[in-house]
Amino acid sequence: MQLLVVEVLRGWPGRSGASCGSWCLLGGVESKRCHPASRNVRDPSGPGCAGVVGDNSPGSHYCGFRRQRSAVQRQRDLISHSQITRLYSRFTSLDKGENGTLSREDFQRIPELAINPLGDRIINAFFPEGEDQVNFRGFMRTLAHFRPIEDNEKSKDQNGPEPLNSRSNKLHFAFRLYDLDKDDKISRDELLQVLRMMVGVNISDEQLGSIADRTIQEADQDGDSAISFAEFVKVLEKVDVEQKMSIRFLH
Amino acid sequence: LDYQHVQVPFEITLWIMLASLAKIGFHLYNKLPSVVPESCLLIFVGLIMGGIIYGLNDRSPPVMDTDIFFLYLLPPIVLDAGYFMPSRPFFENIGTILLYAVVGTIWNVFGIGFSLYGICQVKAFRLQDVSLLHNLLFGSLIAAVDPVAVLAVFEEIHVNEKLHILVFGESLLNDAVTVVLYKLFRSFCEMPTIKSVDVFAGVGKFFVVGLGGVLVGLTFGMTAAFTTRFTKDIRVIEPLFVFLYSYLSYLTAEMFHLSGIVAIIACAMGMKRYVEANISLKSHTTVKYFMKMWSSVSDTLIFIFLGVSTIGENHEWNWPYICFTVIFCLVWRALGVLVLTFFVNRFHVNTITSKDQFIIAYGGLRGAICFSLVFLLPDFRRKKLFIAATTVVILFTVFVQGMTIRPLVDLLAVKRKRESAPTVGEQIHIRFLDHLLAGIEDISGHWGQYYWKDKLEYFNSKYLQKLLLREYDQPKSSIVLLYEKLERKHAIELAEAGQLGHTLSHPSLLNNDRTVVTEKKLEDALDPDVLENIQEILARNLYRIRRTGPAYSRHTLPGETEPAKEILILRHKSL
Repeated sequence: MQLLVVEVLRGWPGRSGASCGSWCLLGGVESKRCHPASRNVRDPSGPGCAGVVGDNSPGSHYCGFRRQRSAVQRQRDLISHSQITRLYSRFTSLDKGENGTLSREDFQRIPELAINPLGDRIINAFFPEGEDQVNFRGFMRTLAHFRPIEDNEKSKDQNGPEPLNSRSNKLHFAFRLYDLDKDDKISRDELLQVLRMMVGVNISDEQLGSIADRTIQEADQDGDSAISFAEFVKVLEKVDVEQKMSIRFLH
Repeated sequence: LDYQHVQVPFEITLWIMLASLAKIGFHLYNKLPSVVPESCLLIFVGLIMGGIIYGLNDRSPPVMDTDIFFLYLLPPIVLDAGYFMPSRPFFENIGTILLYAVVGTIWNVFGIGFSLYGICQVKAFRLQDVSLLHNLLFGSLIAAVDPVAVLAVFEEIHVNEKLHILVFGESLLNDAVTVVLYKLFRSFCEMPTIKSVDVFAGVGKFFVVGLGGVLVGLTFGMTAAFTTRFTKDIRVIEPLFVFLYSYLSYLTAEMFHLSGIVAIIACAMGMKRYVEANISLKSHTTVKYFMKMWSSVSDTLIFIFLGVSTIGENHEWNWPYICFTVIFCLVWRALGVLVLTFFVNRFHVNTITSKDQFIIAYGGLRGAICFSLVFLLPDFRRKKLFIAATTVVILFTVFVQGMTIRPLVDLLAVKRKRESAPTVGEQIHIRFLDHLLAGIEDISGHWGQYYWKDKLEYFNSKYLQKLLLREYDQPKSSIVLLYEKLERKHAIELAEAGQLGHTLSHPSLLNNDRTVVTEKKLEDALDPDVLENIQEILARNLYRIRRTGPAYSRHTLPGETEPAKEILILRHKSL
């Protein structure tokens, strides 16, 4: 998991100082080096604060990890300052209740999402299992899957954990949208459900069924009439997934 | 028979009736609009009408009065464009659009003007007396791309959202530049000497015209929003305010010699979100439909009049000049697009491909604005030459470029096809990924220049909303309003008609049939005929993602396309 370090600007308009702080977002793992309290932070329980670090310098707080990274690595930082502040501003503009988390209604208020066939599934992908609220960290984590893969990262060391935006992880994200019951297989039913969402009302059930059968039959190699993750990856091997699943966060 | 009494309204109504009947006639024959764009057919009808009138009266048919065009026919079209302009792609690409509109137009004007002056120097063409200033004046009115013609032609070809908004936005915004240059050169024509002070005054004037237009438009837009705050008890005349204020902004800007088109666009875009929140649903629908109706009628009338005015004795046919005008228009536009795109691509991640560049360059159509401006020229000896040249350029761009742009686009697209057709699974998964990416982009609010947008949003929520909205609750977008409307009406209707109930598959039924059907289906699935059938079904029925279609359409309201309705109803049912 990659380290995202953020310095959130003080006094963000509309947030009246509650966001002064900095976060160490280690995907899923609390940083053991982040100190839990800091004198200079006004509201440590602000949105998405996984841990707060004080540096004693008045204008900026940086997580201890950051000092370890060299300046060169900082240039290639996964999501840069401006991108994170930009996403945070988007998060707060979606968060109408101003409680630092997003609910499903907040997502459903986005008009273009209402007419996206996969709208509901995409929204669900943001929420961790069984929960109804997502904080900024979860929001960022999901969006981190869609960061473009930079060329200089491809030759990085293979020892570290795989970055969230690798090709395999991107495909895994998409696979999880198909596979609702999380059995690591796309069954015929699940495929049919997705197909029905993506296709107009003029197609009859039999036609849809035959399309689903054809899809499974093309991909299935171990004969279980379902698509496993490996088979899914194989089907898409000729497709430029890196480009199809990447957003340029900056214009 | 008291014809004199009713003559004027009667003739106007007859013309409008002719235009509308012509439109019906084209769409009766399905194949025609795909081969020949509607604008060509309308000009053709106009030519026939002009010929008939000329034959009957043996004198030139009435030339389209420039006042009628600028005051009555143009504003509805521009208002429609401004009101339905999708603001997200527009502001995402505003830098590029402004670059093309301002720098591109200036480049074209001077390029065409100077090259035509060069042609005039050639003794063989007998054009010695056309001075540089006249050529520059002519260049300024012929260089501008026309929004009416562009819209008409781009409806037929399916380009992606970004390209559509680039050409369309450019055609709307270059009005400011055209107005300034045209007036500048015209006043230079009348002045005995030209000092450099005058040139600088001209440059300053450009900023005044553009920014002044925006300011006037926004003022009227805010006033309109404020007025609609108090219309709760008189819902019936709410739509009128929208039209009155927009038209007033246009007229006021024209009165002050500012750019009326920019003013009306600024007014429409500024007032839209507040007005939509304040007025009732029915008024909302009325506004939308009336706008579409008026702009359609204006559009049709303009092209017919263009055809009618072509016939007659207004022309002096000096073929070398005319031919070179056409050539230079094409050449300078292509050069301009190439150079500007080179600069644009340096600064942006999403580059404009060469196919896009070709479409932008080739899609620079001239239309009725040039035509009216040429009739406004002061009467000097060579005016008819310019009229002839303008007519030929317009007819060439609309007919030749309009008709050939679609085959050329298809040709360019075909060249990049894959060697092997994608498998069914690939097609489905690719479309799945496309929808996923579109959704994620919408969630992440994929925007450029977000700094200014955030500032504007902040300003909006703090001050403007409190002032201009009647009920300050969650402002609902038009999509959500539509969804609620559909929820009430269509879901009930369609469910009653049994259509949705039949096609939505119940998982329980599917499970029961699966075991029986599976063996048979697997064998069928291997059949190549079934495969072709499937490919065809998918190609026709998979929902397209938003970005691949045009952002703005003359004939349909946004959000009321069939796929959108179906998706909303299906999601409602599944909730």
